[in-house]
Amino acid sequence: MTVPTGIRSFGAYLPRLRLERTAIAAATGWATGTRGSKARGVRSCCNWDEDSLTMAVEASRDCLTGSDRNGVTWLAFASTTHPFADRSNAGVVATALNLPESLRAADVSGSLRAGTGALLQAFAQARTATGDALVVAADRRIAKPASEQEMSFGHGAAAIRVGTGDDLVAELLGSASLQDDFVDHYRASDATFDYALEERWVRDEGYLKIVPRAIEAALANAGVAASAVRHLVIQGPGRFASAIAKATGMAADTLQDDLHAVCGDTGTAHPLLMLGTVLEKATAGDVILLASFGQGSDAIVFQSTGRAPSPGHGCRGAIADGSPDREYLRFLSNCGLVDIDWGMRAERDNRTAQTVAWRKHRDVTAFIGGKCSRCGTVQFPKSRACVNPECRAFDTQVEHPLADSGGRVKTFTEDWLAVTRSPPHVYGNVALDDGANVFAEFADTPAAALAVGTPVRFVFRIKDVDALRGFHRYFWKATPVRN
Amino acid sequence: MATGIRDKVAIVGMGCSRFGERWDSGPDDLMVEAFQEAVADAGIERDRIEAAWLGVFYQEQSTSKSGLPLSMALRLPNTPVTRVENLCATGTEALRGAAYAVAAGAVDIALAMGVEKLKDTGFGGLPERTKGTFDDLWHPGFTPPGAFAQLGAAYAARHGFKMDEVKRAMAHISWKSHENAASNPRAHLRNRITIDQALAAPMISYPLGTYDCCGVSDGAACAIVTTPEIAATLGKREMVTIKALALAPSNGVEMGHASWDGSYTLTSRLAAERAYREAGITDPGAQIDLMEVHDCFSITELVLMEDLGFSAPGRAVHDVLDGRYDRDGAVPCQTDGGLKCFGHPVGASGLRMAYEIYTQLLGRAGGRQLQAPTLGLTHNLGGIPNRNVASVSILGLLKG
Repeated sequence: MTVPTGIRSFGAYLPRLRLERTAIAAATGWATGTRGSKARGVRSCCNWDEDSLTMAVEASRDCLTGSDRNGVTWLAFASTTHPFADRSNAGVVATALNLPESLRAADVSGSLRAGTGALLQAFAQARTATGDALVVAADRRIAKPASEQEMSFGHGAAAIRVGTGDDLVAELLGSASLQDDFVDHYRASDATFDYALEERWVRDEGYLKIVPRAIEAALANAGVAASAVRHLVIQGPGRFASAIAKATGMAADTLQDDLHAVCGDTGTAHPLLMLGTVLEKATAGDVILLASFGQGSDAIVFQSTGRAPSPGHGCRGAIADGSPDREYLRFLSNCGLVDIDWGMRAERDNRTAQTVAWRKHRDVTAFIGGKCSRCGTVQFPKSRACVNPECRAFDTQVEHPLADSGGRVKTFTEDWLAVTRSPPHVYGNVALDDGANVFAEFADTPAAALAVGTPVRFVFRIKDVDALRGFHRYFWKATPVRN
Repeated sequence: MATGIRDKVAIVGMGCSRFGERWDSGPDDLMVEAFQEAVADAGIERDRIEAAWLGVFYQEQSTSKSGLPLSMALRLPNTPVTRVENLCATGTEALRGAAYAVAAGAVDIALAMGVEKLKDTGFGGLPERTKGTFDDLWHPGFTPPGAFAQLGAAYAARHGFKMDEVKRAMAHISWKSHENAASNPRAHLRNRITIDQALAAPMISYPLGTYDCCGVSDGAACAIVTTPEIAATLGKREMVTIKALALAPSNGVEMGHASWDGSYTLTSRLAAERAYREAGITDPGAQIDLMEVHDCFSITELVLMEDLGFSAPGRAVHDVLDGRYDRDGAVPCQTDGGLKCFGHPVGASGLRMAYEIYTQLLGRAGGRQLQAPTLGLTHNLGGIPNRNVASVSILGLLKG
């Protein structure tokens, strides 16, 4: 008997900002004529310092919480909104996660099916190679103001660790894929926005003709009857999914909610994110069918083992860790769609010294400090001479990862003069639990959120944007621990 | 065994330009303005200066690098000029260079000049500058008020104050400096304010409001130094000598080590210790008659009262509110208005402080003259509380 292949753990990330759709309707209703009519729920939105890459790092950290990262030998980062077209985005994720140098990392893109495509590759990889495969999918799709997509899209990420063994969360039973150049929407390489076609045609000619065939093939491959499926996850609007359930002979109560009310459609991440919500509630033996859509369809059949999928906060935690927001103009600014006047100070040249960024990439991207092997003091950055005034020894420091160390606020301010795209600029000195002390920016921290002693954790974010050269760089920021 | 420079160097002439938004003046104009006053005061010819030190901080902004700007502006006869920069301690650093040259016997007469032309940026506040290629990758994008504001929350937490109580002492500090500057014709900000105005001002960087921040000014100040013996030959009877010049830069502890809690400035304590030792001061609160400290922000002046040994730990709030540092208090602080109101042309500030002490010691302060002071202190804090350069100088009358 072969060793089972499947999902070892799951992680999720949703940006904290949750824009209420009634705020979008209130701001754009004059143009659409539907002010307030259909709007309900919230959509997740990246802050100014988040993109698909930072979300991918956070979902991956959630997925890998407490586990041995050296066991990961393969990484795929699926997205249609990778921040870099020619620079391995997965490579940045791998460095930020402090994964081994020998890891194979790849960006997967091209359609909203990239998330499930990467997942299928991961299963193939795990079956034949040593070590686990990590799939992370994230999207930060930008929609035209007042468009349908602005209402329906959300930003988010999901990560799945794939492996073999008897301790999996869900075992793979079978799968099938269909390839079709069905253009329900598209976005050219140099475009910002999608161009979307009529919904009724997309439903009748696309979804209803392609997805059921993939599902039937996957069930046949798995040797499972449609009636045995307990949870059905369909990428796309809920109203399409119910038509597919009917067409494939599955009960309406198998249908998984499309998360429209809590975050919106997160693109390549969405089928994985929905799968995560199923894994969190499935009981041992439940059969789960996941079907994606995007120039064809991937259908995958799993069986839950009933083990808890998320070593971190998972979908439930990601959905809960949100802050309702009504600042529509700030949302547009964060999406890069309005050019706010940040004053002359914002003209400062943010050119990155790439020679230094490379020399210090372990410090900056992986947030690795030094630990003095003589006195034990943990410090950032790692330096030639120990910072402990009682020690100051030369060349005693060994690498010490800091990203997962919590900390406490030593000092802070809310600065209304400093340039930031989300005033006030909050920053201060943070004492980490493992002894390091870091002068840090705070992410997702509004005014009056901090006090001396507030517990914090670190998150991976955009540090600075160099608009002149189309570059941006990343670093770690503190954020208050919220329960 | 080195004995320091106590009473080995006399200041024989000082000059200070009017500080402010000097739209009509460049750095050369400001230097000439200060220099003309100083040479007249010293009663010497320009060519008797054998070496000069020029302090400029934001060299990119207006003045340019090297010793050339001073040599060119004063048309010195190719006199050696050394350009120094040590953040906000720059002016004091220039004085240190000139004083050490005289104390070493390398030259008889030396000049220290500090200048800053800040108001050519086109925006308010200090100019933006790079922090260095690596620090830019990870340091927060801070501003000076934001970096110093950090002292507020940490000081309140450390000593168990409510922020309202600390804010009231901060407002008193700013009110006092405005009061003092009103009688100083060279000060940048000469308007009077009320405590309530300071408390109600718009927030710049929590807990600092507008009136908790010093002026961003153009200006220059300079000193001509020599030995007490040569000073006597110049006809100086009452003579101001340097009792101590101490410097303490951070080495990374504040930003990177758990031993610092953010509520004080470590280097100020170290520089003060060294200066008091060099000057033979054992009880600063009783021995020092006046001081000019680095009040870039009101919270800085507050914590400095403890760091420099004038207030016991946790007592500065009460001492400030009790008027201990007002013009009629036990140890008047910022009798000229300080950085807050005289202004803060960074490279000139250390020398501007020395100028006020010198003026007061010689009884030339006019409407703001104190009763016969004999010993004064200046203090600079360059950089930000978690990474900085502190300087402390002690100036006094030479007892004959």
